[in-house]
Amino acid sequence: MTAISRPSRSRPAVSTRWLTIGLFVLPALVLYAVFVILPVLQAMQYSLYKWNGLTPLTDFVGLQNYVTAFGNKAFQTSIGNNVLVVVLSLFIQIPFSLTLAVLLNRRFRGRAILRLLFFLPYVLSEAVTGIVFTLMLQPDSVLDTSLKTVGLEGLIQDWLGDSTLVMVTLFVIISWKYFGFHMIIMLAGLQGIPRELEEAALIDGADRRQSFRYVTLPLLGPTIRVSVFLSIIGALQLFDMVWVMTAGGPINASSTMAIAMFKAGFRSNQFGYGSALAVILFLCCLVVALLYQRFVLRRDTEGAITAYGG
Amino acid sequence: MSTRPRIAVLLAILAIVLAACGSGGGSAAPSAAAPSAAAPSAGGASEAPASAAAGGEPVTVDWWHITTGDPGKSDFQAAADAYMAEHPNVTIKTTVLENEAFKTKLSTTAAADYPDLFQSWGGGIMAQQADAGLLKDITADIADWKDTINAGAMSIYQYQGKQYGVPWDMGMIGFWYNKKLFEQAGITAPPATWDEYLDAVGKLRAAGIDPLAIAGKDKWPSMHLWTYLVLRNGGGDALSQMIESGDWNTDACKKAGEDVLALNALDPYQAGYKNADYNAEAASVGNGKAAMELMGQWAPSVQADQSADKKGLGDDLGWFPFPTVEGGAGAATDGVGGGNGIAVGVNAPPEAIDFLKYFSGTEVGNKLNTDGVGLSTVAGTEATVTDPNLQAVLAGRGDATFMQLYLDQATSGALSQAFNDATIALFLGQSSPEEVCQALTDAAAAG
Repeated sequence: MTAISRPSRSRPAVSTRWLTIGLFVLPALVLYAVFVILPVLQAMQYSLYKWNGLTPLTDFVGLQNYVTAFGNKAFQTSIGNNVLVVVLSLFIQIPFSLTLAVLLNRRFRGRAILRLLFFLPYVLSEAVTGIVFTLMLQPDSVLDTSLKTVGLEGLIQDWLGDSTLVMVTLFVIISWKYFGFHMIIMLAGLQGIPRELEEAALIDGADRRQSFRYVTLPLLGPTIRVSVFLSIIGALQLFDMVWVMTAGGPINASSTMAIAMFKAGFRSNQFGYGSALAVILFLCCLVVALLYQRFVLRRDTEGAITAYGG
Repeated sequence: MSTRPRIAVLLAILAIVLAACGSGGGSAAPSAAAPSAAAPSAGGASEAPASAAAGGEPVTVDWWHITTGDPGKSDFQAAADAYMAEHPNVTIKTTVLENEAFKTKLSTTAAADYPDLFQSWGGGIMAQQADAGLLKDITADIADWKDTINAGAMSIYQYQGKQYGVPWDMGMIGFWYNKKLFEQAGITAPPATWDEYLDAVGKLRAAGIDPLAIAGKDKWPSMHLWTYLVLRNGGGDALSQMIESGDWNTDACKKAGEDVLALNALDPYQAGYKNADYNAEAASVGNGKAAMELMGQWAPSVQADQSADKKGLGDDLGWFPFPTVEGGAGAATDGVGGGNGIAVGVNAPPEAIDFLKYFSGTEVGNKLNTDGVGLSTVAGTEATVTDPNLQAVLAGRGDATFMQLYLDQATSGALSQAFNDATIALFLGQSSPEEVCQALTDAAAAG
């Protein structure tokens, strides 16, 4: 109990520390293994069988389910739609959120209320958002009557029924729901940037645009990179709102990978094929996440953020 | 010294964690043993009715159903209570589940834990359950009372000559129409042939009325329209042959597609039909905007529920059977329909089947009819259907020379989904008749 016993205890202390860590981590590890790792491995196993979920797993078909998936037009459309949402998110949604964040970072009356209003859509669940917008986009509903009232009836479209337009409509609604979230992340990032740096740049003769481009933006890099990451993963997993609004229709025009998977598994009981789609979706997310971590996020996680700031 | 108790605590935590895992594994063991326990009781089926009558061993019957709304929910419980009062040794444990939750729960239930009685629609999914050994063959058990049930409805719960369930509700799909709008368009009698039908659609459109409501998002309402066209063109035997062989590249299939294209050409559907769900479809008819929908016996109540005034069309609503197609092999009395039934799980005790017999009697049947829960399949309950429209459906069902179960329920797997996906593309003008027939043939081959 005293200073004397301390040296003698220093050796076992190292091993006890690992034991302690191990034992504390174990419950979480067990849960993770049982509810995440195991189901993923099971899905991989199922994906090699033709299976309706009821009979024993006997009909081994190798990689046939994967061949079917990539040859299936509806699934190709689904992948295309996921990629479309990723691209649109990166080039429209994120810059828009950034602009708003910069504007709302200035000091003016009503700033807090505006921040709150912009963040509000994010609080709604995807299902609720989907139902509300579906109602508003019905023919002769809120949107169409509003357009008529201001004399723009020429712009009225079959917003969710037109197969070329439906993804654009959905993207606008997804953006409406998530721009506030990305705006808040970037606002938080902006507030971490000391004002002195921008002031120094202004004193050194930079104009506002230059100070934003060469001081604010680089310092906001880590925040933007996280925002982009969340946006990509969210776009790849897109399901709830689309399912509620169009169920992937008309025909398969707004289908996504997750919707194709759900339909195969739970609508037509092709659990083998559905598992194959799930594995493809999983691998897409995994590869994107790993590559992003490795090549984009690493400079942030390695620390010394400002050193990379240029 | 102080490290020891710490390790002891950690080991205790570890022990708890392992114990938790252990009990998870442990609970699996008794349930795995259950099938062997169930086997003797199944073997003792022949002596069981005697023991039930004598008020023998306590027995629990597990019953899962999806009749979540009243009065149906109360009627079901009342039937269970009445049976239990007469058979004090039997406990009927009802589990009421919402439709989707029921499907999910059933698909994740192991054979040993399968309910004794549960909601079924017959057809393809029931066949899969039978193949997986989850259902009990009750052919012999119900032999003495099976003739009291509508034969067409019973056939839907047969698979490979064996009976696995009993229907308590069976209806038929037909056109529900708004008499007032038909009058406005100058249509004097419901169309009896497809040409007359197209003529009526043209007149309605000319009068500024949306002739027909469909649901592009839910897909199945228009799938039934296409099914009827195949049935009218090819006849019941040809349709059964297509389902059996999986070869949909037939004249009847292609002709049905062309008939749909002829309908499409008249711009017959309501505004926003491409992304309409079934409720929106029912609303457009119930609010008097669209003149017709092709739907089952539940249409009047859903129309009323979805309409702005919650009343629907009332006396303006009429029903007529699907028109015949000129030169087609199908008769006007061939129908497409379906309904609800109760399937019997593999572990069901004889008391479960005895209760099923009670549930399939005239007493419960009349109650379901008067409460509008379903169209009872029990002979002798026809008089309790008083609504003239439902009487028309009932007459159609009674006269049926051939009854095809809804195609997406009659089949399973990729094909079941393909009926909806392939035919909606036809109605939305994005597929040719040949492409639809080929897509179905491909899906049937994929299984």
